[in-house]
Amino acid sequence: MKYTKYVASAAGLLGLGALLVACSPAEPKLESGYDFATPETQAMQDDDFSNPGFMWVDIGAEEWATVDGEAGKSCESCHGDLSTMKGVTTSYPKYNADDKKMRALQHQINNCRTEQMKAKAWKWESDQMLGMSAIIKNQSKGMPLNVSIKGEAAPFYEKGKEFYFQRRGTLDMACKHCHIDYPGVKIRAEVLSNGLPNGFPTYRLKWQKLGSLHRRFRGCNSNIRAEPYERGSEEYTNLELFLTHRANGVAVESPSVRK
Amino acid sequence: MTYRTILSTLVGAVLCGALITSANASEYMIVDGTIPASLTGKPGDPDAGKQTAIHRQKGNCLACHVMPVPEEQFHGEIGPDLSDVGSNYSEAELRLRLVDPKALNPDTIMPAFLKVPTSEVHKKFKGKTILSAQEVEDIVAYLMTLKGSYSQ
Repeated sequence: MKYTKYVASAAGLLGLGALLVACSPAEPKLESGYDFATPETQAMQDDDFSNPGFMWVDIGAEEWATVDGEAGKSCESCHGDLSTMKGVTTSYPKYNADDKKMRALQHQINNCRTEQMKAKAWKWESDQMLGMSAIIKNQSKGMPLNVSIKGEAAPFYEKGKEFYFQRRGTLDMACKHCHIDYPGVKIRAEVLSNGLPNGFPTYRLKWQKLGSLHRRFRGCNSNIRAEPYERGSEEYTNLELFLTHRANGVAVESPSVRK
Repeated sequence: MTYRTILSTLVGAVLCGALITSANASEYMIVDGTIPASLTGKPGDPDAGKQTAIHRQKGNCLACHVMPVPEEQFHGEIGPDLSDVGSNYSEAELRLRLVDPKALNPDTIMPAFLKVPTSEVHKKFKGKTILSAQEVEDIVAYLMTLKGSYSQ
């Protein structure tokens, strides 16, 4: 009798557990855009020698050691070898107390340039900025994204989240309508993904060029006939924070290759 | 813009129901999940409707729907297959689904083709609906001809 009781309560617990899992509102595990790509595109990314993004990584490597600006410094003067950047970008965007807002990696690079090197800031989509952000992020390749949304970052995360769920443009769609509701489903010839930022900057075959995450945001916004924001704007940086947190745990692939 | 005058007269003659007016767009009335009255008073042209439906800057229906249009490649799969849509829905039901699908499902991804959007619209498209009232009527007429099955 005792034994039967045990079995009954164990079964009850299992049932309850299954019910809890079934009722959980959490999304299924999110996958990198890589997992939605064709085998040809994946193969191009898998081999650093066939990945066209590495043309910009080479630019970044050169810039890392190049002295620029009135202070007579290069990145290397302060940071030493590039390998010291391993893991650094997995926690970006990061709250900065001087700016009182979030810094994406590009903001931090330009801050180093203007404050430490006394050099001119780079344009967001310049080959130098793409190359430098690609090579720094590449040091964390394979490491899981791990941004914090606690403390000072919390209100910026909330703004990014609000942006993500707000309908906009003539087509009146929010980011979530494609990237939460229909990942894996075809929109014309394209397969919608979870819309994660772990591969940026990405070499997009459509662009024939490496491009930033904020460039991609502008493309998405224009596609739905919404007014795009500037690259590096607070709106897009907060959105980047929301997306990166959504992708926490997903491995860095920069520079990735996408269709 | 004569259709609007005609429409106003038509709508004015009806005593009950929800009357919707949006700036620069048509007036129409929703009754039980349908828009029973033509938006223009002029019959839709199914041939013109097919062209508008396929056009990437207009209906762009193939972005999300499979349709019996073999001459176009890569049909999207977000919405339902439209191959038999003319058997499954009435003209009045289809009209509301094109004009304002959010009246039926507030969370839908499907755009409203005859409502002036208000949120962060690109400066090139401010104040504009995606389609005109006659283009909606044409697409409705085209969709009503789709009765049967089709495989890509």
